[in-house]
Parts: sequence; structure tokens; C-alpha cells
Amino acid sequence: MRQPPEAVAVRPARRGDLDRVIAIDAAVTGLPKRSYWLSVYRRYSGAGRVGRYFLVADSVGEVRGFIIGDVRDWEFGSPPCGWVFAIDVEPRFRVAGIGTRLLAAICANFRRAGVFKVRTILAHDNTLILSFFRSQGMMAAPFIPLEMDIEV
Amino acid sequence: MKLQKNTSLALYSVLEFAADPTRHFPATEIAAKYGVSAHHLAKVLAALARAGILESVRGVGGGYRLVCNLRRLTLIDVIQIFEDPGLPDGERGDSGESTPVGRALGVVLSEIDQMTKATLASITLATMLRLMARQRKAGQDRASRRRPRRASARNA
Repeated sequence: MRQPPEAVAVRPARRGDLDRVIAIDAAVTGLPKRSYWLSVYRRYSGAGRVGRYFLVADSVGEVRGFIIGDVRDWEFGSPPCGWVFAIDVEPRFRVAGIGTRLLAAICANFRRAGVFKVRTILAHDNTLILSFFRSQGMMAAPFIPLEMDIEV
Repeated sequence: MKLQKNTSLALYSVLEFAADPTRHFPATEIAAKYGVSAHHLAKVLAALARAGILESVRGVGGGYRLVCNLRRLTLIDVIQIFEDPGLPDGERGDSGESTPVGRALGVVLSEIDQMTKATLASITLATMLRLMARQRKAGQDRASRRRPRRASARNA
């Protein structure tokens, strides 16, 4: 495991972090999505966003990774639980514990919100992130994601 | 999913080595623990060595040791040395697979195979070691919860 970059702090995202978040996501997915990220920021950041968390890993003023999630009540018939729907770490800073710190921080927020279960959903060929969540102790949930093409 | 005997033995062995990666294990030690012949296990360990997962150590105190990265090697990497966990679409080998029923069944079985592969490909040896530690702890917790009940029953 690499040494973590100096003084990584996990904190709520600020508007000024968004360019770095967009850049990290674009570097990983190959697809810049500025309007999507602006919309996510509006919904998940700032005061009064109860149960919604947009956190970044900050190292000496530079954003190295981010995590986003929320508490969802009774969706899919489930009692309230935390959902992580986005996590990423700048590739050159991976395998240094930043993802672990981000997940621990959002779980701490979920605990404070009174939920004690965290879930996520991933493409089954996303082996890298699947392995990360597995390494954190996540197991298969009692749900099966389904989809179909809607005929035109 | 049911694994073939050699595959299970390979996984048991690799995880024994992973639990103590600095130690050299003779095949006889693992064979005795899992109730198989040393001769049978030696073939499995030789296959793991050919795949670059183990290295044989010669001489007194020799045996095998792990030479792979615990945080990179996944269960599917080990399994695929011995068997294919799931066949590609339309290769079940039965005579009905080209019929509409057979093709529909193939779609469903393929879903299961994809989930199986995704699971096995996402679990590294390091993750398995953590899972084993949790299982050990859960076992100890269960045992410690049972003990006071027995004591109170005697007291009653």
C-alpha cells in the first residue's frame, strides 16, 4: 500500500472543489459531465441538506477524491439505510487509503443520522470498485437489480 | 455453484499460505489438515506454482510459499487455473440449446454466471483473510454468549 498523501482531510465539498471533482470523474470515465455534477452539487451540498453527503478528500488544498451518498427511507421496501452512489479517487493517489477514509467518513455521517447499514450498486464488470467495496467488508445485499429496454 | 475438488483444494491451500505468507509449508501439513493425500495435493500445488502463485522452496524446511500480491489475486484467478466458472452463452453442450426454450434458458443461466464471475473476480485474497477473521470473531462471540447461559443453567 502506498503512503497516504500528506495531511488528507475529509470534509464537505465546496463549490470551489467542483472543477477537481469533474476532472477526476472525467479522467476515470472518459466522459466530462459538468451539468450533471453541478446538479449533484446543488442537491447534495450546503447547509440544510439533511441526510445527503458530498465529501471530498483534501490534501494540502487539492481534492484527491470524493464520495457522495444519502439516507433513503423505505426505498425498495427497505428500512432507512445509507446509499453510496459515487466514489472516486484520483488514479495516481489510489491504493493509499483515501477511498477507505472517504467511506469511513460517510459511514460516520450515516451513523449520526441513525442508520446502521450502507449499500451501493455497481456494474458487475466494474471489478476495481467492486474489489474496493469488498475489501471494506461489503457483501451481496438481499436485492437483485433488474432492467429492461423500453420499446419505442 | 459447486467447485471441483482440485479447485477447492487450491483455494484452501492458497488461503493457508496467504494467512502466513512468510512461512514455507510442506504439502503434507495442508494435506493432513484437509484430509487429502499429500500426493493429490502436490499436483494441485504444482499447478499453482506453474501459474506463478506459489514458489517451491527446496531443502530442509522446504515446501511452498506464496509469491503473489494478496491485494491483487482474486478467487477467480485461482479457480480459472482448474476450471471455467460458467460457460459462454450457448455452450452448455445439451441438444436443446439451439431451441427457443434452450436459448431462453441460456439467457437465465448466463445471468447467474455473470453474477458468479463478478463476485469471484471482486474478492481478493486480502479480502478473504478479513472475511475469515470476521468469521473467527463471530464464532468466538457465539461461543462466549453460550458459556454464561450454561453457567446460569448450572446455577439454577
